[in-house]
Amino acid sequence: MTRLSGGLIDRKAPLGFTFNGKTYQGFQGDTLASALLANGVQLVGRSFKYHRPRGIFTAGSEEPNALVTLRSGARAEPNTRATVAELFAGLEARSQNHIGPLEHDLMAVNDLLSPFFAAGFYYKTFMWPRAFWERLYEPAIRRAAGLGALSTLPDPDTYDKGFLHCDLLVIGGGATGLSAALTAARAGAEVILADEDFRFGGRLLAESDLLDGAPATDWVDRTCAELAAMPNVRLMPRTTVFGTYDHGIFGAVQRVADHLPDPTGQVRQTLWRITAKRSVLAAGAIERHIPFADNDRPGIMLAGAMRAYANRWAAAPVRKSGDPVAIFTNGDDGHRTALDLLAKGVPVLGVIDTRPAVAAFGAYQVFSGGTVTGTKGRHGLTAIEITRNGQSSWHNVGALGVAGGWNPNVHLASHHRGRPVWDNDLLAFVPGADGPKGMFPAGAARGKGGTHAALTDGMEMAIAALSDIGVSASPIALPDTPDTPAKQSAYWYVPAKKRAWVDFQNDVTVKDITLSHTENMRSVEHLKRWTTLGMATDQGKTSNISALAVMADLTGATIPETGTTIFRPPYTGVSLSVLGGGDTGHHFRPRRLTPTHHWATAQGAEFTEVGQWMRASYFPRAGETHWRQSVDREVLTVRHDVGLCDVTTLGKIDVQGADAAEFLNRIYSNMMGTLKVGMVRYGLMLREDGHLYDDGTCARLGVDHFVVTTTTANAGAVYRNMEFAHQCLWPELDVQLISTTDAWAQIAVAGPKSRALLQRIVDGFDLSNEAFPFMACAELTICGGLRARLFRISFSGELAYEIAVPARYGHALMERLMHVGADLGATPYGTEALAVLRIEKGHAAGAELNGQTTALMLGLGKMVSPKKDSIGAVMSRREGLAQERRRLVGLMPVEPQSQIPAGSHLFTKGTTQNMETDQGWVTSSCYSPYLNSYIALGFLEDGDTRMGEVITAANPLEGQSFEAKVVPTHFVDPEGGRLRD
Amino acid sequence: MLIPHPLLGLRDSQEFTYLGDASLMNRPDPSAVTAEADFCDYVFLRDNPAGVHRELWFHEQGDRSWLIVTRNTLTHEILGAELARDLPARGAK
Amino acid sequence: MKFSGIRVLKEALTGHKGWKPLWRDPDPKPAYDIIIVGGGGHGLATAYHLAATYGITNVAVLEKGWLGSGNIGRNTTIIRSNYLLPGNQPFYEFSMKLWESQEQDLNFNSMVSQRSIINLAHTDAQRDAYRRRGNAMHLSGAGGELLSRDQLREMLPFLNFDNARFPIKAGLMQKRAGTARHDGVAWGYARAADMRGVDLIQNCEVTGFDITDGRVTGVQTTRGPIKAGKVGVAVAGSSSRVMAMAGMRLPIESHVLQAFVSEGLKPVILGVITFGAGHFYVSQSDKGGLVFGGDIDGYNSYAQRGNLPVVEDVAEGGMALMPMIGRARLLRSWGGIMDMSMDGSPIIDRTPLDGLYLNAGWCYGGFKATPASGYCFAHLLATDTPHTTATAYRLDRFNRGYVIDEKGVGAQPNLH
Repeated sequence: MTRLSGGLIDRKAPLGFTFNGKTYQGFQGDTLASALLANGVQLVGRSFKYHRPRGIFTAGSEEPNALVTLRSGARAEPNTRATVAELFAGLEARSQNHIGPLEHDLMAVNDLLSPFFAAGFYYKTFMWPRAFWERLYEPAIRRAAGLGALSTLPDPDTYDKGFLHCDLLVIGGGATGLSAALTAARAGAEVILADEDFRFGGRLLAESDLLDGAPATDWVDRTCAELAAMPNVRLMPRTTVFGTYDHGIFGAVQRVADHLPDPTGQVRQTLWRITAKRSVLAAGAIERHIPFADNDRPGIMLAGAMRAYANRWAAAPVRKSGDPVAIFTNGDDGHRTALDLLAKGVPVLGVIDTRPAVAAFGAYQVFSGGTVTGTKGRHGLTAIEITRNGQSSWHNVGALGVAGGWNPNVHLASHHRGRPVWDNDLLAFVPGADGPKGMFPAGAARGKGGTHAALTDGMEMAIAALSDIGVSASPIALPDTPDTPAKQSAYWYVPAKKRAWVDFQNDVTVKDITLSHTENMRSVEHLKRWTTLGMATDQGKTSNISALAVMADLTGATIPETGTTIFRPPYTGVSLSVLGGGDTGHHFRPRRLTPTHHWATAQGAEFTEVGQWMRASYFPRAGETHWRQSVDREVLTVRHDVGLCDVTTLGKIDVQGADAAEFLNRIYSNMMGTLKVGMVRYGLMLREDGHLYDDGTCARLGVDHFVVTTTTANAGAVYRNMEFAHQCLWPELDVQLISTTDAWAQIAVAGPKSRALLQRIVDGFDLSNEAFPFMACAELTICGGLRARLFRISFSGELAYEIAVPARYGHALMERLMHVGADLGATPYGTEALAVLRIEKGHAAGAELNGQTTALMLGLGKMVSPKKDSIGAVMSRREGLAQERRRLVGLMPVEPQSQIPAGSHLFTKGTTQNMETDQGWVTSSCYSPYLNSYIALGFLEDGDTRMGEVITAANPLEGQSFEAKVVPTHFVDPEGGRLRD
Repeated sequence: MLIPHPLLGLRDSQEFTYLGDASLMNRPDPSAVTAEADFCDYVFLRDNPAGVHRELWFHEQGDRSWLIVTRNTLTHEILGAELARDLPARGAK
Repeated sequence: MKFSGIRVLKEALTGHKGWKPLWRDPDPKPAYDIIIVGGGGHGLATAYHLAATYGITNVAVLEKGWLGSGNIGRNTTIIRSNYLLPGNQPFYEFSMKLWESQEQDLNFNSMVSQRSIINLAHTDAQRDAYRRRGNAMHLSGAGGELLSRDQLREMLPFLNFDNARFPIKAGLMQKRAGTARHDGVAWGYARAADMRGVDLIQNCEVTGFDITDGRVTGVQTTRGPIKAGKVGVAVAGSSSRVMAMAGMRLPIESHVLQAFVSEGLKPVILGVITFGAGHFYVSQSDKGGLVFGGDIDGYNSYAQRGNLPVVEDVAEGGMALMPMIGRARLLRSWGGIMDMSMDGSPIIDRTPLDGLYLNAGWCYGGFKATPASGYCFAHLLATDTPHTTATAYRLDRFNRGYVIDEKGVGAQPNLH
């Protein structure tokens, strides 16, 4: 054990956990990383390309190395950073990306072969022989790549999604964020304070600075308690704000149950969409390292992380208690680590400072003007080589802290593509002035990293942000703390013959950057893409600036001239489960149920998805073993007796007003204004580009009252377009529109006995052919006073009606019709029979109205009236549409029991089949029990003049070919006598 | 994104359906000699500016108003919104 | 310098001292036979084919940023030739054939990987539409297979077969489809064009066209004026802006399309899979990241970034289709600007101005088209006649009524 004294862990709450099957013990308050370190575990993983042994490098979400798979089974979560995984009892973690044990990874052979795997090598080889890429090279590369593995099981946990609104969102709960939140909260503003950590305090928890002479946690705890007690504050620990979107909207993920041994019964994570009037970005800073030879061994970590482990988690970063630690720094900050380690009783070899003539700040040795030029230790650091004035010497150490300076965490300030700007005093990029509107970077996130500076800046930025929205906030009393300005030098990397890692996870070294320069991949984006630098799970948080510095050195340009890559969401990885917000499985989309849905369910109906609707597709009866039996029966019932079908899903739009007739004349391609009251007309709608858009019926219930029906699929869009025409094109017309699709249940009553059936429910209404002819409509009452609308329209070609009642009576109406029609053979039919009936009658549906067809193609060219303007009329006359030669035809297979599948292509018999000779396609196909034959509809070139010709319908996709006779589209009752009787 | 509805205040853009350039309100005269060409330009051609753009949004999940929103396509900043039916004249952009 | 395994071996053993720049960084000459505006995939492929196929080497590619900085470096890397309409399918099949020989043609491993694409159908109507499309693929020689639910279940057991809002009914597979390494494609064409004498000029933005008597004679740039016999514009995403400098309005809107990549994972998804009942498509890169995308954000934008609703929508689609990916993490998202055309299909054509040629309107399907787009645009520039596979991509097809509308949604760019 290398556990130290003190720290913010609860020693009364020990927690057992396993890593690679071995049991260890940590405490409440530990992360997996701190617990592993406290158990003397340095080796935790393998790198991506060379499979180099790797240890914990940071103490935060920027961790490039210490990725593990957490939990097991369906809950296995790959690539989890051990540095942010909160320890819980029974936590199970495994290391990743190795074959065989972690200590003896067989893939480590890649390291020996590393000279061949230089940047971009794969673009230059594996090209011969051609077929070997998919068969040999790529599978090998794919197997070797990747990090952790998915379980391939569905995620068993539940997720939630929520919306929050506030005056001020404070991102980050360290010194800056707490100070900002407190300032704003006391001013009465609605405040949300979010921090990715499970404990507020940020670096205050990691440093040894005193506030008002007491441990910083005293102030942190007091502040959090005050904030928690205020009704206008929402504290959100374990919440990562991952993206800055437009207009003050932020994406955030709250890890609700990830820290619990068993998350069952709880939401695991919640996706929050936070809309903030203003925000303070108090995301702190991320330390950078200094590349040197062999700098990637376990035991080498950021010096600031070392302080965090020692101070917050009471863990020494060595394998064996008492092993000395060295610090390599280019500024004052590294010395703080030496002092804190000494204070915790950890022996310090000394501080190697690249600056000449630097004095120690305490009782340790300083190697001024020194650099680290080599390391030893296969699975953990054992020794370092220090070089000063050309003299090198080896020193045994158990760990090495590297302090290269701090980069303000500008990520969220750069999501709107504003570029950070270089600050030559800070030697770092800070947020630019063109950041997201309403965002105020504060504290270390804009280079004000001292504790006092951070506290003050958080307060000031909160005041500024609130004053922007007219809220006046007062300064608050801040705790007293000495601010020691940390000096730093521009020392970026130690030149070396051996490999010096810049990006640890993706194994990008200084040599790779040099090669990239040689090959003219010098633009920062080329560098990144050629070497994969910054593209690992940490997105280069610890490596990008160092890489820029190396490239700047090679080109002779400055770092800001060399540029910076674009920051993009998310700040850290976000699970796809939570981004989906739990809207998965059956909840993926809303389900709309028709008024007779429950009735149909009770009848044992099979259902099908029609857009968002669920519709009964057929109603199997006892003894029917195949869906065709049910459908054939339903079809024949309609042809011989009477069938009932819920057609509520068709769109219904109520159109009223003095100019309703004129309005509809402009909406429909055919004349609608001349429609008589009490009559219905079939209508076509075109898109403005002249193509066929939708069809349906239009009923005139009064002089200034029409009811438009649309197809199920286009119900929403047709209504939207009509509102567009009304509000945007012709606002001068006196017309009002409302969608009534959900207000009216509508049932088709179809078949020779439909009149007899309806006669039994209408309240003294004359249904005779003379009084209520084909295409008549009326408002009436049924069943003794229920208001209803009756339309004598037919999709099946039989005598038929559609009857509409207020939606809540739909179920009762269906029951009543079934009841009173029992002796007439009243039978429900579903969408399958509906489809057969309409194909038999040659009516167009979705397959024919697919947005690529025209009225001409349907043989309805005359329905585009030349006498008036309407949407699409002008453009329907363009050359390409006017000269279109394909026409809808009926197709009878020469062999009646062969089904020509929809989607087959049509050819003149005997021609070679290719795209040039292609003459059309089959749109719809079904078995007609009425004709005892399969039938089909299709678009065929010059189809209207080829009646009787036998053509070929080819389905090479499934190896089929059929001969079919071209026939008129009306397979049933071509004269239309039945629907008019 | 948040759209400042003239009647309902700031509304999430998810409540709206987008159509495109507000020039789609300027439907040409169908009786003009050049009607076919005019309609082709109207239906197919767009200024597509990188910058301030007047565009049509339909408050589909709301009050069913068509709005003209003025928005910068480079920054997504919204400069204003008005009810399409309030606009007096068609023809001018 | 020829790239090969032997060469890599030799350099590895001698400390990588012999590598040369992938391309030169020349200063622009005063005049070229042909100038290509735009150093993205299509522009670089055009330059390559001008030099390699049509023997025209006095060519410059002008790129305002860095080579490959457009949508070629910001897409989901899918290649396929599974279109429906006769105006499209032969072109994309031509492109697929060029992909199949690309690495040998360019002496650069762009990692063309024919690991298949499967488009899933969730209704009978969708299956019928895929059958029509699959037959068009067969008629153009592209091949394809219609898979049953059972076959799919065997191949892709991790899809949601048992608890789906929209059950999987069938799938249309093209085995020859797959992915290619997007940056590698740009670099491969760039290097091959440079080796044949084409000048690739980075950080050179075109600021205007020189037009005399209805003829374009050169361009103004941030690096000075350059004369040209012909100018070809291939700047998808910025087409309207660039062509406005020549006084043209286009049948194009610019929209943002977001794309996403997960953290690296061991291989689980072999080919490309597209969801037919939501906006989601996915493949897995050789590095292990799940590369996925969905619908465009849906409003005009040049901002190269999108918003949260689409992120959520895409993730919902992914989770609905393959709930096993839930514990993978989104690593990075990005936004590219698409030339969304009025019929969803591209334009490769001359313009009303002599000497000015346009390659535009690729919607979000431009990556797979890169080889054929370059070939056909080069053909047009070299011969002034459209290539046989690109005859439908005319600018006047809109006005004449010959749109190529695969989705059948009309002149509504954000629906294509």
